[in-house]
Amino acid sequence: MKLKDLTHKEELLTGGHRLCAGCGASIAVRQVLLAAPDDVEIVVANPTGCLEVSTTIYPYTAWRTSYIHSAFENAASTLSGVESAYQSLYRQGKVKDDYRFVVFGGDGGTYDIGFQALSGAMERGHRMVYVCYNNEAYMNTGIQRSGATSLGAWTTTSPVGSEIPGKTQNRKDLTGIMAAHGIPYVAQASVSHWRDLANKAAKALATDGPSFINVLSPCHRGWRFPMEQTIELAKLGVQSCVWPLYEVEDGEWKLNYKAKNKKPIEEYIQHQGRFAHLMKDENKEVREKLQENVDKEWARLLKKCGEE
Amino acid sequence: MSRPVAVVGTDAVAEAMRQIEPDVVAAYPITPQTAIVETFATMVANGEVKTEMINVESEHSAMSACIGAASGGARVMTCTSSQGLGLMWEMLYIASGLRLPIVMPNVNRALSAPINIHCDHSDSMGARDSGWIQIFSENAQEAYENTIQAARIAEHPDVLLPAMVLLDGFIISHGTERAEFYDDEKVREFVGEYKAPYTLLDSENPITVGSFDGLYGYFFEFKRAQEQAMHNALPVVKEVGEEFGKKFGSNRGYFETYQLEDAEVAFVALGSGAGTTRAAVQQLRKEGVKAGMLKLRLFRPFPEEELVKALSHVPVVAVLDRSLTNSGGPSGPVCLETMSAFYNAESKPTILSYIYGLGGRDFNPQMVKDAAYDLVEGNIPQGTSYLGLKEEDN
Repeated sequence: MKLKDLTHKEELLTGGHRLCAGCGASIAVRQVLLAAPDDVEIVVANPTGCLEVSTTIYPYTAWRTSYIHSAFENAASTLSGVESAYQSLYRQGKVKDDYRFVVFGGDGGTYDIGFQALSGAMERGHRMVYVCYNNEAYMNTGIQRSGATSLGAWTTTSPVGSEIPGKTQNRKDLTGIMAAHGIPYVAQASVSHWRDLANKAAKALATDGPSFINVLSPCHRGWRFPMEQTIELAKLGVQSCVWPLYEVEDGEWKLNYKAKNKKPIEEYIQHQGRFAHLMKDENKEVREKLQENVDKEWARLLKKCGEE
Repeated sequence: MSRPVAVVGTDAVAEAMRQIEPDVVAAYPITPQTAIVETFATMVANGEVKTEMINVESEHSAMSACIGAASGGARVMTCTSSQGLGLMWEMLYIASGLRLPIVMPNVNRALSAPINIHCDHSDSMGARDSGWIQIFSENAQEAYENTIQAARIAEHPDVLLPAMVLLDGFIISHGTERAEFYDDEKVREFVGEYKAPYTLLDSENPITVGSFDGLYGYFFEFKRAQEQAMHNALPVVKEVGEEFGKKFGSNRGYFETYQLEDAEVAFVALGSGAGTTRAAVQQLRKEGVKAGMLKLRLFRPFPEEELVKALSHVPVVAVLDRSLTNSGGPSGPVCLETMSAFYNAESKPTILSYIYGLGGRDFNPQMVKDAAYDLVEGNIPQGTSYLGLKEEDN
């Protein structure tokens, strides 16, 4: 995949949408859709969230694809229905084009409230690419903790109080859970590594069955960093192994990026207001616990990928 | 030619689904609806229908998948009961708000708690404001016919609203009755091809479904248009019923009137309870009591004007409800609608609320007869009456 070629492709999410400048979600969407072959049609589905409310303000739409939103917890089941309608109508000769079906869901709509619908849709084997634009909290409603929120992170529902220093639980390993569904393609990616993400999107779109990509998509409003640093923050997430890049293709685990010098988590968290309290001595234990979690998860991943 | 058959209600509904042959069915099993999905899944497995069947992981996903499929231009059906309808709640409003003509037989069952799998109407009555057309069935034959007609009503360009076909849990769903099934070809001819006005799968015209509409948008206008569609459904239900009658012989209108002309006391009933009430009216007539019945078929939209015309000459109207509104006032939803319909009428009967059969409690003609005798003898009850309730002193 060449950058030069990608620049000639038509953007399927147009400019003029109302997402924040520096929003990771729109970058994830563009990188995924740039990987779509020119000769396929696409239907995008969104759960309720930032992407949805900012791109479909009636009577406008930022989508050049067909697009559907119905509610928060059901993007996967809604798109299951569209995909099944396609299978039925295509078989009957009533629709002739070649279609692909893509969900872009935030972590709230994917890890938490939409988890059941996602699991069901993957188990049923719909030909669908489910992309989670993971910004590690409910950003649309104003930065509340989700199952994707990091240990120790400040959010408005895991505030830093005199007794409790931010979120007390570790995040859920959703990518691993999706791999455990035994679907043909699962990957973890980051908006900082565009070629890696675009390659993964191309593989997912070519998969004749369900696929899932979990994309680290920083939100500067929720993470509290300057808006021009989105890509930099995502890159530090990868380099510190907080967010490793890997894929699981037909059950084969493969690491896509191995840092020469794995950065300590301080280099990642020190730029983010949501972790500011962790840099204080009084919260040293939480910081150490966070590093320990990252190290353990990284070691497990290396083992799965045969990289020990 | 029609085929006389002995069937349970669930098979009658499944037969209608086979003949309609939707493009997509997304459904989840729940007692007492389960036999519908089982029978239909067998039809799919045997290649009797072209339908793409989605065995979803919940009713919420069933309705969500139906919404997706209908937005993709497909003719879509599902079916459910009770808690299943409850789990769909959020999506019921979205299906009607997106103006998707999804057809859903709902086998009426009580809502928990306490958990009870038997018939009452609390599930669908709770959904009366969700923007769905609601058609009640007295027996398997009507459940079959109503399902076929629902597709035509829902898909009518002046309507484009989802439609629920109601049949009583166990009493209709699991009771074997004589019914007549019409020829496949004739039913298919009646139902016709469905062409969605908009679809996600038109590559020349990609569309956005389910837009965000905020404070300065058109939400109010959408809702007003949706309400108008419900008004438009009234003449459409009539037309479709008439056309069905011409083709197959039975035109059931908004409601059936039975012995109402000279009635001194009339019962309003819906679902299988209408059969019990009809039997009671027959016995009362033999005993010299001028009783009558109005069996309501269409509950949403509510045929207010016609109902008032049919009942305004009757001195006392007893409305039989198989669910509660828990309003603290007259307790049944059908009673509330009836009272409301008469509010501006010049001549109005005395209208009384009777609750019966909650959680499948037996309902028999004697209960109706006792109520009728009380009323003709001038013993007008105060407030809501409960038929068949175990009283504390018993």
